[in-house]
Amino acid sequence: MLPQKAVTVVSLRDYQTRAIKNNDTLYVVNFWATWCKPCVQELPFFEAEQAKLKGQKVKFIYVSMNSPKEVAQVNSFINQNQYKADVLLLNAGNPNIWIDQIDSSWSGAIPATIMYKGGKTALFYEGEFTRNKLDSVIQKQIL
Amino acid sequence: MKTKLVAIVAGFLMLASFKPEGGLKVGDKAADFKLKNIDGKEVSLSGNFKGAKGAVVVFTCNHCPFAKEYEDRIIALDKKYKGLGYPVVAINPNDPAKSPEDSYDNMQKRSKEKGFTFPYLFDETQATAHTYGATNTPHIYILQKTGNDFIVKYIGAIDDNHEDAKAVKEKYAEEALDALLAGKPVATTKTKAIGCTIKWKA
Repeated sequence: MLPQKAVTVVSLRDYQTRAIKNNDTLYVVNFWATWCKPCVQELPFFEAEQAKLKGQKVKFIYVSMNSPKEVAQVNSFINQNQYKADVLLLNAGNPNIWIDQIDSSWSGAIPATIMYKGGKTALFYEGEFTRNKLDSVIQKQIL
Repeated sequence: MKTKLVAIVAGFLMLASFKPEGGLKVGDKAADFKLKNIDGKEVSLSGNFKGAKGAVVVFTCNHCPFAKEYEDRIIALDKKYKGLGYPVVAINPNDPAKSPEDSYDNMQKRSKEKGFTFPYLFDETQATAHTYGATNTPHIYILQKTGNDFIVKYIGAIDDNHEDAKAVKEKYAEEALDALLAGKPVATTKTKAIGCTIKWKA
C-alpha cells in the first residue's frame, strides 16, 4: 500500500515561507479546488511536468481553495489521484485581502498559477493551461 | 531554426500574457444589455428598470460551487433592496458547450428550484460579460441611476466569506447599497473573491 498523503492547512505567511525562497529553485504554485473542473483537468499536466523535470531545480505545490472543513475530502482526492506534489490548503481569512497579496492582477478566479524564483514572482497566469503551454512556460523559466 | 523557435515561443508568451484590458470601472457609465430571461422575454436596463434607483447586476451560473453558495444571499439581497429601488438582475455568461450545466434549460430549472425572485438572463454571445469585464462567478456590479444613465458604483464580491454566511464580517454589497441609499459615497468600491472562471467560447 502506498503511504497516504495529507494536505497541510497553512496561513498566508506559511504559504509564503514555503513558496517564496531566495534560492535558484523555480516554485510552480497552482491554485485549485476539488470541485473546480478546469483545475482538476490541468493538474495532470503539472504532474507530468514534475515527472519530466525530476532532479532539476523545480518544485511543484498545489494550493487548494477548498474550505478547511473539507480537509478529509481533499485528502481522499489527492490520494485517489496520487499527486506527487506537495498539497497545501490555504486558510487565510478574507480573500479580498489575501488575493492581492498573492498577485494584484489576480481576479480571484481559479485555476491560477504563480511561479516564484529567487524570492520573486516570475510569472502569474489566470486560467487553465494546455499541456504544451505549461511546458513552454516552465521551460522558459528554467532556461 | 533556433531563432524561429524563439520567435514562436515569444509570440506565444505574448498571447499567453494577454489580458483583456478595459471592462467597466467604478464611475463608468454601464452599457445597456438586452438579454433573454428564463421566461423567454428580453430584459434590458433601459426597458425594465425605469422606476428603479439602480440595479445589482450579478454574473453567476448554475454549476459553480461558489455561485451556488451565494444563491440564497443573492435572493436575500433582491428581497431587501428591490423595494428600495435596487433590484437584482442575474446574468449567466458561460458557454454551455464548455459547461453543459449552464445551459438555458438548466438556468430555467435552477431558477425554479431555488425560487429566484429576480430575472436570470442568458448572455449567449458573452458580449455583456466582456463589456463589463466580468472575470469570475459570482461577480457583482452595483449601478446607480443618474438621469437615464446607470453609473457603476461598486464591483466585486458580495461579502468576505463564501462558505459561511453567518461568519461574514464584511457585507461589501450591502454596505455599498446602504451608502447609495443614504446618499453617501461608497467606502469600498472594489473587492475580490475566489470564484470560478467564466467559461469563454473558444
